Amino acid sequence: MNTDWELFEVFIRSKRGLSHKHAGSVHASDARMALENARDLYTRRSEGESLWIVKSNDIIASDPEEGDSLFGPAKDKVYRHPTFYEIPDEVGKM
Amino acid sequence: MTDVYETVENPHFQYVLGLGDDSLILGQRLSECLSKGPALEMDIAVSNLSLDLIGQADLLLGYAGKIEGKGRSADELVNFRDAHDYRCHWLVEQPDRDWGYTICRQFLFSSYQYLLFERLAKLEDKELAEIAAKALKEIAYHRRFSAEWIVRLGQGTEESNLRVQNAINELWRYTGELFETTKWEEALAKEGKAILASDVEAEWVETIDEVFAKAGLSKLDDFYMVYGRHKGHHSEYLGHMLCEMQYLQRAYPGAEW
Repeated sequence: MNTDWELFEVFIRSKRGLSHKHAGSVHASDARMALENARDLYTRRSEGESLWIVKSNDIIASDPEEGDSLFGPAKDKVYRHPTFYEIPDEVGKM
Repeated sequence: MTDVYETVENPHFQYVLGLGDDSLILGQRLSECLSKGPALEMDIAVSNLSLDLIGQADLLLGYAGKIEGKGRSADELVNFRDAHDYRCHWLVEQPDRDWGYTICRQFLFSSYQYLLFERLAKLEDKELAEIAAKALKEIAYHRRFSAEWIVRLGQGTEESNLRVQNAINELWRYTGELFETTKWEEALAKEGKAILASDVEAEWVETIDEVFAKAGLSKLDDFYMVYGRHKGHHSEYLGHMLCEMQYLQRAYPGAEW
């Protein structure tokens, strides 16, 4: 039976204002069960207040083989980070 | 011999004891599923239900001990009473023959417990009302979880439908006892210390009918019902459960870790 169940990815928002973060995955036979399984597996220690469930098959992932061509070019372009400005102390943490 | 349906010694204690025993015994039953669930996810789900119920039992039996006034703690009530002093319903003692039984027992009980605790949460007996209000959130989830599984199994395969229907056919005879009321409970209800289970029966039937209709399952009409908890009568299963549950405290009284 278990082998027929689909895989779902679980995203949890720990508190209002933050974004959902990937927490892990669950098996379930339908979306509602996936949500409940995620609740039971990943929020039993008050880890969150909102859940997103996505079918693992629906996630479009980049290919690790293509890592160099996708992400390599950005590595030597440090000027894209706004790290060359001097920030006055009064501004505080940005 | 006095009629236990008319009068009992310390009725307030007996009433709260019965509530606590239901949560305790069902919690213990579900804990037996640990590592035996049909999937890892279900294993954890059922363990969570078990922990919720044992948490309720701890509060309810703690309160029962306080009402009794003999200095018995929740642990003592759990470990040093024999089956005939237990006041749980027969339904919660029934074993897990398969996942259909586990789900069916949970659905029948949680639907009842929800309606009862919803009313207990508004009692004049503030201490019981507070315990009930806390438990109600847990029970709402138990009811939702089990109701969805009833539909899933009922509408699943021919095999899953057959198995959950078998469970209903077997467990239905224990549902009458849920709504049985006694004279002394009526007196307690007048004092704001109890809710009569018979008051929630109609709404319970509606819930069951609605979910069974969605699931393509049927209940049994005019089936004979089994009663006994008020007399200290239980199914053969309770004694076996207590043997295992109480073993450590009976062998090493007062052991702690």
